[in-house]
Amino acid sequence: MLNRTADNVARATPEPLAKRIRGISDKGLAWLFISPTILLLLAINIFPLFWAIYLSFTNYRANRPNEVVKNLGFANYQRILGDQDIWIAMQTTAHFVFWTILLQTVIGFTLAWLIDRKFRGHAFWTTIILVPMMLSPAVVGNFWRFLYEPQIGLFSYVISFVTGIPPTSVQMLSNVELAPWAIIIVDTWMWTPYVMLICLAGLRSIPEYIYEAAEVDRASNWRQFWSITLPMALPFIMLAVLFRGIENFKMFDMVNLLTGGGPGSTTEVASITLKRQAFESWRTGYSSAFAIILFVAVFGLANIYVKALNKVKQR
Amino acid sequence: MSLTTAHSVVAPSSNAKLIAGTIIIAYALISIVPLLWIFATSFKTPPDSIAYPPKIVFQPSIEGYCNLFTTRTRQTPEYINSLGPATGFCDETVRKRNMVIAGPSNFLPRFVNSLIIAFGSTFCAVFLGTLSAYGFSRFKVPLADDLLFFILSTRFMPPIAVAIPIYLMYRELGLSDTALGMILLYTAVNVSLAVWLLKGFIDEIPREYEEAAMIDGYTRLQAFWRTVLPQATTGIAATAIFCLIFAWNEYAFAALLTSGTAQTAPPFIPTIIGEGGQDWPAVAAGTTIFLVPILVFTILLRKQLLRGITFGAVRK
Repeated sequence: MLNRTADNVARATPEPLAKRIRGISDKGLAWLFISPTILLLLAINIFPLFWAIYLSFTNYRANRPNEVVKNLGFANYQRILGDQDIWIAMQTTAHFVFWTILLQTVIGFTLAWLIDRKFRGHAFWTTIILVPMMLSPAVVGNFWRFLYEPQIGLFSYVISFVTGIPPTSVQMLSNVELAPWAIIIVDTWMWTPYVMLICLAGLRSIPEYIYEAAEVDRASNWRQFWSITLPMALPFIMLAVLFRGIENFKMFDMVNLLTGGGPGSTTEVASITLKRQAFESWRTGYSSAFAIILFVAVFGLANIYVKALNKVKQR
Repeated sequence: MSLTTAHSVVAPSSNAKLIAGTIIIAYALISIVPLLWIFATSFKTPPDSIAYPPKIVFQPSIEGYCNLFTTRTRQTPEYINSLGPATGFCDETVRKRNMVIAGPSNFLPRFVNSLIIAFGSTFCAVFLGTLSAYGFSRFKVPLADDLLFFILSTRFMPPIAVAIPIYLMYRELGLSDTALGMILLYTAVNVSLAVWLLKGFIDEIPREYEEAAMIDGYTRLQAFWRTVLPQATTGIAATAIFCLIFAWNEYAFAALLTSGTAQTAPPFIPTIIGEGGQDWPAVAAGTTIFLVPILVFTILLRKQLLRGITFGAVRK
């Protein structure tokens, strides 16, 4: 029956096309299906990457396209590795990544653990908590600037109300000490739900019978947490840390709109430095070299981390 | 513990539930305050929005929305009085501030750009992603794992690093500040997510369906079209929404590669300024309009969220 329908379809299509469709091998079809994606990525990702590698060895400046391009060898790389400002930017990035991940993991895991108590209405409240992470970091980050305004901003008002500090002194974005924490607060507000959601999946993957067995053995709640809950949820926590780590290492949009790297360069994370070098100073060759270094760093660190993650999973 | 309880021995006590519930609800309420504040600010007048202490109770006004969609010029009261009666609510509101509406603002075109670029790139990414995911899921592709990792690794690059050569390339090709250029770029970024997510969804569809169809005389292509695609609809829809959200929210590429005709809403909204700094009610109004579609999608996606944000690594 179906056979006949298929035959009819084949007969109805013009002969050469029908032959071509019928004649195509699985292998041919596989390549036909996969190659458009690969070609697109080659054109939009890989070709530009190689171009950037080439530029990183030159003194090319995008704002002076007609100037003669000189080959500099590894000079750009040497200059970057010896550049004090770059190292400060890397430290700023490390500070940002470390604290956001620490806060998000601790708060996110705690929230997930509490939600896993399955109180009435937990599904609804979980959805509410998840909302911030779906929003545009740029658009929301921009609005946080308003919340951080001294005096008129809601955040500053609440802080001065609670602590008694005069409202004009709560300068979250223009104070050198506070600005790095201002971006950490927004990032934590935004992405804690992300870590929470992954941790929740981890907690729910732990089979009930393990807890039942522990209960029979009269293991204390504390003991159950440390020897069952945490180790079994660990691969999930590590996965969340991996994703957040990569994302925050690349962090640009939120910081660019909140502080733009300022005051001075106290919140100048790597991506901001890169933008300033590439699109404000137009040092294209130099910034390409920095981009390559960043890419290799993310790639290398992520690879090492994934190996560690797989080890934990196999345990 | 009584032996007659129907619950399993490990069910949390009602006390524990109460404490957990209280903390979670408190966290949810606090974390939602900034969003409620955006919404509230969009209905404030500019003086109300910068009042000290911040106003929680206020007379709602749509001045923010008026300012969002129009550009205005300041005029003398004499000139304004010489004009005819106000033609609409916005006109009236603006005149009270000694201004007249000069014309429409750029918000609407930027919003339309966001729609075109987000939907265009989502369509392309999901189309390419579905084909590749099926290829990777059903056929023995040489170096499949390496290719899949290659597809994912394109996500490791910081957007600014990618933007430098793309900027030069687009300048050569005349794609700078065009919707087509942005669609191509977002497609390339989203296709990695689409392939990984859809491969997971297609892996879950039993091969037996296609094999049965092929025994009945369908070609591979027909079997794909008539048995796999209909079953993958939920997965494709979820993937599409994730791609749409990424393209909708994206800022770094948009800010660096578009400046005028193809600019999307995220780089535009922070540039909305009134007299003497940022016009916060207008910014809040733009932000509200921009965020509402995402809120709707988040609620629709609740069940697939976990999968989407982990590239299909966690499926539950």
